[in-house]
Amino acid sequence: MTDTSDLEQFRAETRAWLEANCPTEMRKPMQGDEDNFWGGRNATFASDAQKVWFERMRDKGWTVPDWPTQYGGGGLDGARHKILREEMAAIGARSPLSSFGIWMLGPALLKYGNEAQKAEHLPKIARGEIRWCQGYSEPNAGSDLASLQTRAVPDGDDFIINGSKIWTSYANYADWIFCLVRTDASAKKHDGISFILFDMTSKGVTTKPILLISGKSPFCETFFDNVRVPQSHVVGTINRGWDVAKYLLQHERAMISGMGGRDGGRPLGQVAALSLGTDDQGKLDDPVLRGQIATFDVDEAALACAAERAVDLAKAGQLHPAFSSAMKYYGTELNKRRHEILMSAGGIDALEWESERSHDGARARAWLRTKANSIEGGTSEVMLGIVAKRILDLPGA
Amino acid sequence: MALVLTEEQTMLRDSARGLIGDKAPVAHFRKLRDERDATGFSRELWNSFAEMGFAGLLVPEAFGGSGLGCVEAGVVMEEIGRNLTPSPFLATAVLAASALARGGSDAQKKQYLPKIADGSLIAALAVDEGAKHRPSRIAMTATRAGNGFKLKGDKALVVDGHVADLLIVAARSSGKPGDADGLTLFLVDPKAKGVAIERTVMVDAHNAARISFDDVEVNADQVLGEVDRGGALLEAVLNVGRAAVAAEMLGVADEAFGRTVSYLKERKQFGRLIGEFQALQHRAAHLYTEIEILRAAVLKALQAVDADATEARVAVAVAKAKAGTVTTLAVQEGVQMHGGMGMTDQFDIGLFMKRARVLQELLGDANYHAEMLAEWKKY
Repeated sequence: MTDTSDLEQFRAETRAWLEANCPTEMRKPMQGDEDNFWGGRNATFASDAQKVWFERMRDKGWTVPDWPTQYGGGGLDGARHKILREEMAAIGARSPLSSFGIWMLGPALLKYGNEAQKAEHLPKIARGEIRWCQGYSEPNAGSDLASLQTRAVPDGDDFIINGSKIWTSYANYADWIFCLVRTDASAKKHDGISFILFDMTSKGVTTKPILLISGKSPFCETFFDNVRVPQSHVVGTINRGWDVAKYLLQHERAMISGMGGRDGGRPLGQVAALSLGTDDQGKLDDPVLRGQIATFDVDEAALACAAERAVDLAKAGQLHPAFSSAMKYYGTELNKRRHEILMSAGGIDALEWESERSHDGARARAWLRTKANSIEGGTSEVMLGIVAKRILDLPGA
Repeated sequence: MALVLTEEQTMLRDSARGLIGDKAPVAHFRKLRDERDATGFSRELWNSFAEMGFAGLLVPEAFGGSGLGCVEAGVVMEEIGRNLTPSPFLATAVLAASALARGGSDAQKKQYLPKIADGSLIAALAVDEGAKHRPSRIAMTATRAGNGFKLKGDKALVVDGHVADLLIVAARSSGKPGDADGLTLFLVDPKAKGVAIERTVMVDAHNAARISFDDVEVNADQVLGEVDRGGALLEAVLNVGRAAVAAEMLGVADEAFGRTVSYLKERKQFGRLIGEFQALQHRAAHLYTEIEILRAAVLKALQAVDADATEARVAVAVAKAKAGTVTTLAVQEGVQMHGGMGMTDQFDIGLFMKRARVLQELLGDANYHAEMLAEWKKY
């Protein structure tokens, strides 16, 4: 039990440190992907402020505030981590490091990795030295992920990997991949999968970007042609990779469900007022859209309560492990609604695709991109199926 | 503050669940309804509420209550919602007790609060006038007369109005409907000359009344709070009530949903349990998600009201608006998924739909609270 005065002191110190160390430019909402710092071997900073902010946070272990200090984390307990998040939010401080290593692989390694794997990989994630990508989906294994066919065949102490992955975000920039491969083709589909890590510069790995309806995207196809990987790179037990995969997906879903809030989005009512104008009472000049925005605001505020409660329930050991599926479903559907409203509020102006005026169609591209939210990381329909089966215990689900 | 119940609050919930589930399940409500009970609630049950400390939950300890907060009141309201329990808890223990505790003089508190806590006094709050909840548009007048006022106007949807020993009435002592200032709250004896009370039997068979005031004389001692400045007190009390009603709606939604999921697991058609059909599974999973989000929003509002009932207005609007849409969805899906049986009076699920409809209107529906949110956010 932590003393309240200790926590208040931590809050005061944290506030002072952030005030002194977070550059003004790093307190503005992110405008585009270039405002994310992703780290990696070939990392580049968009600005000096971004570099300074990242390095200061890294040196405090606050790129991963709640990881153990031995792995480069800040070693903060739940209460202190919450205070840090609150104080960062209060000044609008950006996340210093965006990373699939932090959001997805790290939690899985902490739970399933052996000591050598943790010591090797976690500090490099915390320090932003290695950028990771995720090799899950395949052209014929989307919602039915467990039917994946990328094969890993033993050869001495190694595996030889052949196959292809799709929707590997930033595969063309990533240094390493965490990947699901089939290590037993004769077992039932969930029982022959392994979770393995390897270097993207390995011989036989190639990537190809995918053009989406929103235009340029981080997504790639990734191909493996006789890629040789030591068997020691398997996380957890060989053929038990599905356990690791599911655990990691919970974190991925929690991440995606929070996406709407993370873009530093301005209140919809304000954005709409800019383009639509208001009547003499200050009300939006489109009463139906105004009602839609009000209803959206209710749902968004209520979802924020649920996200806060989920954290508190997890701390109390009372959170259902499948709850992240419910949140992923709701959060992504809500984000799609948000962007439909934004397009409606923007009207003709929001339709421009290539002008400087429209920042190369930023609003339209963002709108289209959100359509993937309810597909990636498990479709809304898959999420509802998980809730029906694992939480509601409905028959035959 | 963590957005989960504390250990003490969980214990309170368990004892409320035990008492209400045991003594006042839905069958208890059915009996009162079918017998057309004149009181509309059980005095015996209300005495048990008092013995358990529920009646005086929001009454300060100095006046014989337990001095607990709105989170605790919400915990009891949720169980009331779950069992459709007819009870003076909302009108007396939540609305009247908060109004008196927040706005009463020492003499008023001494006179009424101990009786609320021991269960001997039933009170009702009279606010609404038109078809919808619009407290800022109150038109009922309070005209100065001698040392006091004369009240004239009509009130509707006064919960427990026909059984109340004390009415708390909001009237306009100055200005015109729509003005922020000019409201005053009065403590009125329902037996006073000029008060006419009509019990209105509502769709949900819970207590409500229309009350008309025809030049009812009240003296200065019967003013609750300040003359012309009653709007702020009223808004704070309404926020307590709205958060509490949202908690009752959560109970209604959660119970209707639980019963529906159980039905999906026992009803067979086409040789299969209907819960095997994906069309129903996805709707059930969606509803589950909505209810869990509502649960969080309600607890947030209750905690916010405990911190500051006026500042809580945004959290309260979110909770009551969300409760309106989610509970409506829960009872509609409940009846639909029960099929033909859902339309019968014999099955309880339809009773939840009727109750949800009334609770949606009570103290502002989803549209009202979404509109408030839009106004505060200035768009």
